[in-house]
Amino acid sequence: MDTSPVAGHAQDLAGQAHDLANQLDGLAQQVGALSAQAAQAGGHGDVFVFFLTVFVLAVFVGYYVVWRVTPALHSPLMSVTNAISSVIVVGALIASAGRSFSEGIGLVAVALASVNIFGGFIVTQRMLQMFKKKMK
Amino acid sequence: MTENLAALLYLIASVCFIMALKGLSSPETARHGNIYGIAGMVIAIGTTLALPIMSGYVGIAIAIIIGGAAGTFIALRIHMTALPQLVAAFHSLVGLAAVCVAAAAFYAPDAYGIGTVGAIHRESLVEMSLGTAIGAITFTGSVIAFAKLQALISGAPMMFPGQHPLNAVLGLVLVVLIVYFVMDQPALVFWLIVLLSLALGFLLILPIGGADMPVVISMLNSYSGWAACGIGFTLGNSLLIVTGALVGSSGAILSYIMCKGMNRSIFNVVLGGFGTEGGTVAAGAGQGDKTVKAGSADDAAFILKNASSVIIVPGYGMAVAQAQHALREMADLLKKEGVTVRYAIHPVAGRMPGHMNVLLAEANVPYDEVLELEEINRDFATTDVAFVIGANDVTNPAAKTDPKSPIYGMPILDVEKAKTVLFVKRSMASGYAGVENELFYRPNTMMLFGDAKKMCEEIVKAMGA
Repeated sequence: MDTSPVAGHAQDLAGQAHDLANQLDGLAQQVGALSAQAAQAGGHGDVFVFFLTVFVLAVFVGYYVVWRVTPALHSPLMSVTNAISSVIVVGALIASAGRSFSEGIGLVAVALASVNIFGGFIVTQRMLQMFKKKMK
Repeated sequence: MTENLAALLYLIASVCFIMALKGLSSPETARHGNIYGIAGMVIAIGTTLALPIMSGYVGIAIAIIIGGAAGTFIALRIHMTALPQLVAAFHSLVGLAAVCVAAAAFYAPDAYGIGTVGAIHRESLVEMSLGTAIGAITFTGSVIAFAKLQALISGAPMMFPGQHPLNAVLGLVLVVLIVYFVMDQPALVFWLIVLLSLALGFLLILPIGGADMPVVISMLNSYSGWAACGIGFTLGNSLLIVTGALVGSSGAILSYIMCKGMNRSIFNVVLGGFGTEGGTVAAGAGQGDKTVKAGSADDAAFILKNASSVIIVPGYGMAVAQAQHALREMADLLKKEGVTVRYAIHPVAGRMPGHMNVLLAEANVPYDEVLELEEINRDFATTDVAFVIGANDVTNPAAKTDPKSPIYGMPILDVEKAKTVLFVKRSMASGYAGVENELFYRPNTMMLFGDAKKMCEEIVKAMGA
């Protein structure tokens, strides 16, 4: 006769424990998600810092290399940098492997960059050819 | 192809590009440099095509063939005098391509591993919006520069009231849009950024005058590099970052050199409108009482033949008249007479950095006869004849003597120190800066009025006679 209230109590307790467990589970999931996010953010941060390093070093390389370019060749410098900045075609090629819109606009970009790559290198070569003939 | 292998090949391509620029340190190594550049590009494209995610090679092949054929055709047919506008046009393509790639990355981020549609990593969004904005500015800016150089629109600075405040407001709005885009990444805002940047590029270059084009072209050159850099950061591709940084710093250095050649700050050039106000007034004054000695081709031929040393100072006028071949013929005849002939190039002569050097090279002028301002300026004092053809402001002594002159402080070629100065010019009109050149009225100056090319041909005829 006394058992029923006890049993009821126990049931309540069990229910509470269940709720708690559920909550814990949720918390655990949240923590997991958070840490995953943190890891991702941290990961990207690392990657970003890496690319920033590459960028800054490349700016320095560019700075020193370009100052050594003889002023007589500033026009070819301009056309050759123009040609190599079309290396953006790499991004365009990857885009063209995508779906519909991405593919279309990627191909447009590939065509645009190709004009530049061919045009830029050929016109540079033409200019440099003229400078070359002067080798007396 | 594994990721590491691809990264290594991209590294090799980057090194090739650095070698391409390094080659330009002297004319002898320059052609090897260009080969390096081509090799780098082939490696970069080949590596990308071999990536496992690639597909649809037919479409790519068609796109490359169309673009490549157009580029080849244009590059082979273009006249060297039209080089500045060609470069401007090419810059615009890089800008547009950058915008296209950014748009593709925005709509298909998974292809680049930067998140999924609507949930692109925030860092990537920053770089993406910057790359897009710079690319779009480069595009319209270069189109305007092209139109000015090709004389499709007037080369004169175009100003309207409230221009600078408008640009400033647009710039601010752009920044706000970018911030909003990074927070929320709505597609509409992406396209708003594109539109606004296109408008900004247009408005920024419009007020800049024709003779400032060397700076503008260098600046756009730099922008196209930074745009590539932004895209490189977005896509996490070090090749794009390195190349973009190389091109960006190269363009920045050229802009700096050009600005220094005019003794103006980059802001002064960008804000534009040089020579629109006070300059014309200065040109109007002072005329009248002074006398100008005008000569004929025969007089010039006589003076030149009897000189022992001649320095030729070419300017944009020579390019316009396509006088470089006739000029070289004249120089050849002089050399046969035993006259020492050299050329002096001002850093901002022409419409792009190194413009005059290319034109003279095209006319088969040996490059060791072509000297830069610092190398030759001292020699004017010991030179018999300075032959100025199509240049004006870069020889104006007012830059040294008159603090009120708009070109005061600009490094100039000291032609006035030569025993005789011959000026080939179409008229007495003042130069781009709107400043009158007092040199025209000096007793040792002789003006040769006429088209630069015709004048050279006539001098050649007169010398033969």
